[in-house]
Amino acid sequence: MSIAPTPTADTALTDADEAAVRTAITSISRPPRASRTSAALTFGWRGMLKVKHVPEQLLDVTITPVMFVVMFTYLFGGAIAGSTAEYLNYILPAILVMSVLFTTVYSGVALNTDLTKGVVDRFRSLPIWRPAPLVGSLIGDSVRYVIAGTVIIVLGVILGFRPGAGVLGCVAALGLVVLFAFGLSWVFTTLGLILRSPNAVMNAGFMGIFPLTFLSNVFVEPDTLPAALEAFVDVNPISILSTAARGLMEGDAAAADIVIVLAVAAGLTAVFMPLTTRLYAKR
Amino acid sequence: MTLAIDAHGLKKSFGDTLAVDGVDLTVRGGTVYGVLGPNGAGKTTTIRMLATLLTPDAGSASILGYDIVREADAVRGLVSLTGQLASVDEDLTGRENLILIGRLLGLRGGAAKRRASELLAAFGLSDAAGKLVKHFSGGMRRRLDIAASIVVTPQLMFLDEPTTGLDPRSRNQVWGIIRALVAEGTTILLCTQYLEEADRLADRIAVIDRGRVIAEGTPSELKASVGSGALRVRLLDPDQRDAAAHVLERELGEVVLEADPAALSVSCASGDRAAETVAELSRGGIRVAGFSLAQPSLDEVFLALTGTTAQAAADESTDRDKQEQPA
Repeated sequence: MSIAPTPTADTALTDADEAAVRTAITSISRPPRASRTSAALTFGWRGMLKVKHVPEQLLDVTITPVMFVVMFTYLFGGAIAGSTAEYLNYILPAILVMSVLFTTVYSGVALNTDLTKGVVDRFRSLPIWRPAPLVGSLIGDSVRYVIAGTVIIVLGVILGFRPGAGVLGCVAALGLVVLFAFGLSWVFTTLGLILRSPNAVMNAGFMGIFPLTFLSNVFVEPDTLPAALEAFVDVNPISILSTAARGLMEGDAAAADIVIVLAVAAGLTAVFMPLTTRLYAKR
Repeated sequence: MTLAIDAHGLKKSFGDTLAVDGVDLTVRGGTVYGVLGPNGAGKTTTIRMLATLLTPDAGSASILGYDIVREADAVRGLVSLTGQLASVDEDLTGRENLILIGRLLGLRGGAAKRRASELLAAFGLSDAAGKLVKHFSGGMRRRLDIAASIVVTPQLMFLDEPTTGLDPRSRNQVWGIIRALVAEGTTILLCTQYLEEADRLADRIAVIDRGRVIAEGTPSELKASVGSGALRVRLLDPDQRDAAAHVLERELGEVVLEADPAALSVSCASGDRAAETVAELSRGGIRVAGFSLAQPSLDEVFLALTGTTAQAAADESTDRDKQEQPA
């Protein structure tokens, strides 16, 4: 047992410092609370700042889509559609759908990683709209989806993709895919709060999204499939999404498809956003 | 006057482990209230319930008159939390952290930036403002953490072990900041493992063990209830220890012979008496290599209150502690 050294003048906070702290305490009065939108957008800004500090994070939304486009076009194009140019017109909207939906899994992984940090306690103790941290990080993720989608479309055009509805059609298709991805992300944020580790979220997420994506019309026309499988593929929302995305790019989209896609996105949000918010509050 | 904290019979368990077992706390506004206890005693769980991060299983509490469960949102508008894990975002810079909190609390664009600069300057962090927090030292991180808690001045601030792991210089800086906050009227609930810290800063202290408050009072009441500190003497010549023990026993009472063959200690409340006794040793020709008069340590407080040491209590509740802070 020893005596702790008594603080001496040079190690203590000087009077001037203490005065500065006291001034800082009194020089502020509580502003009106941040609105829901402003709180959510602030969390979106936080997501952007992280990308600014660690730009490598964008590799998965840029390199992977490039690989997918080049690989599928030249590997399967000849075999499936007879020529690479032909297949590119079929596959490009689909690769857009697949790449963006794969990225949604990372929303759950990122949330799970965030939870291990002390800053979450501060967020949860702030007088803000409860879902704001979650909505905000998904807004930030949506920016990543837009980046991934833009990379794919631009690369496709370079390789010879010529969508019938031009730039506007591509923007509309990208918008629809991002909206659907926003809805789907809530499923993975829920997983991110239930499962114990980021790895578990990643595995479970891909175990779900992989078969769902492949058992759709993303890569092949469903009428080549066995009847039971074809029936499933036809009702798979991912099929409907990629049909709608193709339609928007070509200029012949069915309104019903777009409505279904938006309804599924809204439904996923309606169920999983409150669930995620509850889990986030209790964790 | 409305109490800053008024808690009755708070309970919380995680699985089979009872982390908090009926805690009552009464904290008057404008004071520093220390919650003292070893790791796993239930301090963090208590703070997390009061800060609305956990819902109690039983009992009730109000913060400045607002119920922590039914009026959680109103409570959040009055309190700030500085958690045991630094509650700042490691992947952002110091400045970005403060702007983020400012905006979330309703400061708009320019106001949030100005507030961030003002706090960075007041807390001596201006030079490091652009560095990512993960590259901050422990002391800088703590200061930023406290700055983030007063972006908008709270009426009640929870500080969970604010100096654990800090070097003495950083610890003194944090103490200075706490004194400044108190001087401006913020009420503080301070959880700590260190009696010295509670003693210096707190107006009242609750000692907590195994989820219960086992003693409550002002620091001097508490120390008086625990008994005295100890005079520890180390001799140049171990062969003189018997003679020294004889003198100490005559002057102060029962002597403890320590494992070190040249050291011995005796309980002693008064610095004057200790000085006289050491002088007495010298007069008797006993050569003293060194001596110290220690305040009662947390271990002694615990020994006196529970019959077991704080270390043993912490070891025993290691499992509970893991439950308390799920990774």
